[in-house]
Amino acid sequence: MLEIKDLTKKFGTKTVIDDLSMTVKDNEIMAIVGPSGAGKTTLLRCITGLESVNQGQFFWNGTQFDPTNTDQKETIIGVVFQDYQLFPNLTVMGNITLAPTMVKKLPLAEVQKTARELLARLGLEGKEDLYPFQLSGGQKQRVAIVRALAMNPKILCYDEPTSALDPALRDEVAEIILGLKKQQMTQIVVTHDMDFAQNVADEIKRVEQID
Amino acid sequence: MIQYIEQILPALLSGTKMTLLIFFWTLIASIPLGALVGLGLIQKFKPLVWLLNIYVWLMRGTPLLLQLIFVFYGLPILGIIFQRYDAALFAFILNYTAYFGEIFRGGFQSVPKGQFESARVLRLSYGQTIRKIVIPQVFKIVLPSIGNEVINLVKDSSLVYVIGLGDLLRAGNVATARDVTLLPLILVGIIYLALTAVCTIVLKMIEKRENVWQ
Repeated sequence: MLEIKDLTKKFGTKTVIDDLSMTVKDNEIMAIVGPSGAGKTTLLRCITGLESVNQGQFFWNGTQFDPTNTDQKETIIGVVFQDYQLFPNLTVMGNITLAPTMVKKLPLAEVQKTARELLARLGLEGKEDLYPFQLSGGQKQRVAIVRALAMNPKILCYDEPTSALDPALRDEVAEIILGLKKQQMTQIVVTHDMDFAQNVADEIKRVEQID
Repeated sequence: MIQYIEQILPALLSGTKMTLLIFFWTLIASIPLGALVGLGLIQKFKPLVWLLNIYVWLMRGTPLLLQLIFVFYGLPILGIIFQRYDAALFAFILNYTAYFGEIFRGGFQSVPKGQFESARVLRLSYGQTIRKIVIPQVFKIVLPSIGNEVINLVKDSSLVYVIGLGDLLRAGNVATARDVTLLPLILVGIIYLALTAVCTIVLKMIEKRENVWQ
């Protein structure tokens, strides 16, 4: 269970998130919705440690942690970016195995085995040796999901997962997210797409623009 | 004529050896150093950036010839004495590092911020990110500009003759002055062309290899 308490984030004098608290329960999908500029992505960036917060605490199963600290023992948060941000100089397999082998020091063969299983599960078998530029948008996204999963995070976060995809692929992402839920993955989805949020989420958190 | 060429060729080839030595060691040292300078230039710590900018400004803002003369003839006045060859290498490495530094700075700045963030959430350290993700991308970006400088370096190396090093140009010049014939200078030109042709081919091969990803 992820708990966020009294989170405040300011850019200069502008308050983007004001005293926000929320709880994401295990194996559930939390959708964060709201109009553009409401701070959805900023909230996600705080949770993923890409922005420091002005105030607030994060707890994983009751233990406080600092998302900006990359030296923790375990990976709590995994992220799938809106534009995926795969590493263009590495193959699909290279993208997936880089962090587990370098950060977790896991043996390459073991990581590759896990990677192949995950790739197959998301319909990407045979793509191991391709480079990101050779993949479609949807395939890139799935590689980004596998890359995040390979670090074995407790929670997987998505930033606007449907924004770059056509409607058919939108349903496919929903299926993937719901499929991961069946495998007990806790997930946070930031989206402006209300229909999509209602399709996948167990709980919807609305954020509004602060004036 | 063939006989004359055979006669002066050993001198020219020995000059070529010196040219290649300067070329080779300057590249070996100044490409990695340039990458470090480039990395320094994108840091947030301002004093470092200022210092590096002054260094780059000095090196790019004054002639390489002046720098060579300064190191070999000027520094001894301050009690710093270099051998000819060391003086040449020192000046060349210092000069080329500045050019490569600027090229690498541009390269580092064109790697999207999202790549750093993506690496960060995967918990890769800054060093790991630079080595495994940023440097390979920067390398591909800067390759054409580096190639230009490499070709320039082949020709710039002829400047060492001002401090009395026996490079290719000097060997040709000596033969021309002695034998009053244009042939040595033409041969020198042909050898430079051959050297730059080899560089061009090697650079093309590296670029091709880098094109497996985009």
